[in-house]
Amino acid sequence: MRESQEHSRARASARTEGAALEVALEGAWRLQGATPRWSSVVQKARPSQVRLRAEGLSQWDTSLVVFVGEAKRWCADSGVACDIEALPEKLRLLGGQFADSLHTGARADHSRSLFEEAGLSTLEAMTQGRDLLQFVGECWIAAKRLVTGQAGLRWFDCLGEMQKCGAMALPIVSLISFLVGITLAYSGAIVLMRFGGDIWVADLIGVAMTREMGAMMAGVVLAGRTGAAYAAEIGSMKANEEIDALTILGISPIRFLVLPRVIALALMMPLLALYANCLGILGGMAVAYSVLDIPPAAYWVEMLTIVDLPDVTVGVVKSVVYGLIVGLSGCLRGLQAENNAAGVGKAATSAVVTSILFIIVADAVFAVVFHAIGL
Amino acid sequence: MEKAPAIEVTDLACAYEDRRVLEKISFKVRTAEIFFVIGATGAGKTTLLRNMVGLATPAQGEVRFNGRPFTGADPAERREMLKTFGLSFQGGALWTSLTLSENIALPLEEYTPLPKDEIGRIAAFRLSQVGLAGFEGYYPSEISGGMKKRAGLARALALDPQIVFFDEPSAGLDPVTARNLDRLILQIRDTFGTTIVIVSHDVDSILGIADRLIMLDVDKRGIVAEGPPAALVAPPADPKVVDFLTRRTVRS
Repeated sequence: MRESQEHSRARASARTEGAALEVALEGAWRLQGATPRWSSVVQKARPSQVRLRAEGLSQWDTSLVVFVGEAKRWCADSGVACDIEALPEKLRLLGGQFADSLHTGARADHSRSLFEEAGLSTLEAMTQGRDLLQFVGECWIAAKRLVTGQAGLRWFDCLGEMQKCGAMALPIVSLISFLVGITLAYSGAIVLMRFGGDIWVADLIGVAMTREMGAMMAGVVLAGRTGAAYAAEIGSMKANEEIDALTILGISPIRFLVLPRVIALALMMPLLALYANCLGILGGMAVAYSVLDIPPAAYWVEMLTIVDLPDVTVGVVKSVVYGLIVGLSGCLRGLQAENNAAGVGKAATSAVVTSILFIIVADAVFAVVFHAIGL
Repeated sequence: MEKAPAIEVTDLACAYEDRRVLEKISFKVRTAEIFFVIGATGAGKTTLLRNMVGLATPAQGEVRFNGRPFTGADPAERREMLKTFGLSFQGGALWTSLTLSENIALPLEEYTPLPKDEIGRIAAFRLSQVGLAGFEGYYPSEISGGMKKRAGLARALALDPQIVFFDEPSAGLDPVTARNLDRLILQIRDTFGTTIVIVSHDVDSILGIADRLIMLDVDKRGIVAEGPPAALVAPPADPKVVDFLTRRTVRS
């Protein structure tokens, strides 16, 4: 048994005959088994001729083609005559093709120097900025045409999107906002308890949720949930040439795909933000009652002494802008997606990053502006 | 003892949920044969192929490769048998995050003990065999549809499979490139004794390289003809088969 296995193993035995090196190829040469390599057979020998023989060959595949091809290439590079006439015709042919493929020069070089990389990244950033401005401009024009009655909107699609990004997001917004309320209450209580001001936790939660956290949390949740979905959905449509089909029919993808989604988000976000405010306040109330022994009625009354309409308005205004940011980022990244599966994934990721980045930037701008106008 | 056929399909039924699209499919493919599965669009050619190679589960019946049952085989045995297949997908199905060379190298890295540099050289050789020499470092997104298809074929051939399945190899290719592909298929079969199964409705390919074929019919949900192309058009022939293989035009 062992003898037959030894017999079927791929072997290449070299022996010197005068100035010639004769290599006998034997056994079964299979890619999935161990096969000799030309470099280990020839070692440091410098013959004037190489002769390959295949009398003991039982089976062969590409592994032997590689061996013969490498032998031919070595002979050509070393100026040694290569005699493969004793090999089967098909093996000679493929061995020659393999040797030729080793000489094929032009290879795509994807490596770049640091300066090239920096230059290309700068150009890419400029292109991204230009694309962003162009996209926002196109959306503005489309919205203006819609408002002035020059173009219609698929309101049914818009209602569907409102359901998806609004009503269906309620469970996750509820959970996140409630937990944020609890976290804020615990953090505030640590400081306030030192001064005996436990009751002011209601003020802290009320102001933080209505002015900042309600809108911010709703924005972040929708960036991950809805913005990514928009990018993936539109990216897939682009990969399937559906966007091209719209364009070729003269239908603006902005009006057909982007506006219904952006309008839906801009309308739903204030409602979600108000809902998030309520849940956050409720979370704070739960901590105040269970940890600080503050009755819910006292918490409510104390909160109303500090939270008034402008605070709620600030949150609502922010949420509309966050909704626009999430919608526009998702749709833009979807339209920019490459026409393949990886491109769709990248677009979804990029949409989330872009949305959150611009939400934070917008929040900083709002802080300065509202402070300046005394809100 | 007679050698087992390379592929033996027995009483196979293919379904999408409860809807059966093919029933009572039985045929054999001999070793080193070029075997075509033909039929009109929607006849179930690709469905049959997917059920044969295990990408879909047959509703009924059995598929054997070289006498070994494939349908219902345990995962380890199935994996062993899959090493002997190559499948060239209609659109190439290349992995977009890998270069062409890496696409071909992946099965070699998984299943062979070859060193990395040699795998790279084999990948380059495979690409040169399908006319893509010099494109080793390109990504699939950087090449045309026809090139993707040829690169997909190079990947299917990476492990010197005993059986290669082709799903519509000439779809989307110009006639010259399609004939070059036919020549390559013949060369693979003649050199390595590979069994080739091709799903196609390219009549030039069928008449040019098929040893035998089966024709599927959407109404019958099964095979309407089986045999060498020349025998199938000789009288008394099924009119559907004659129509298909002789390409009667609207004018005729």
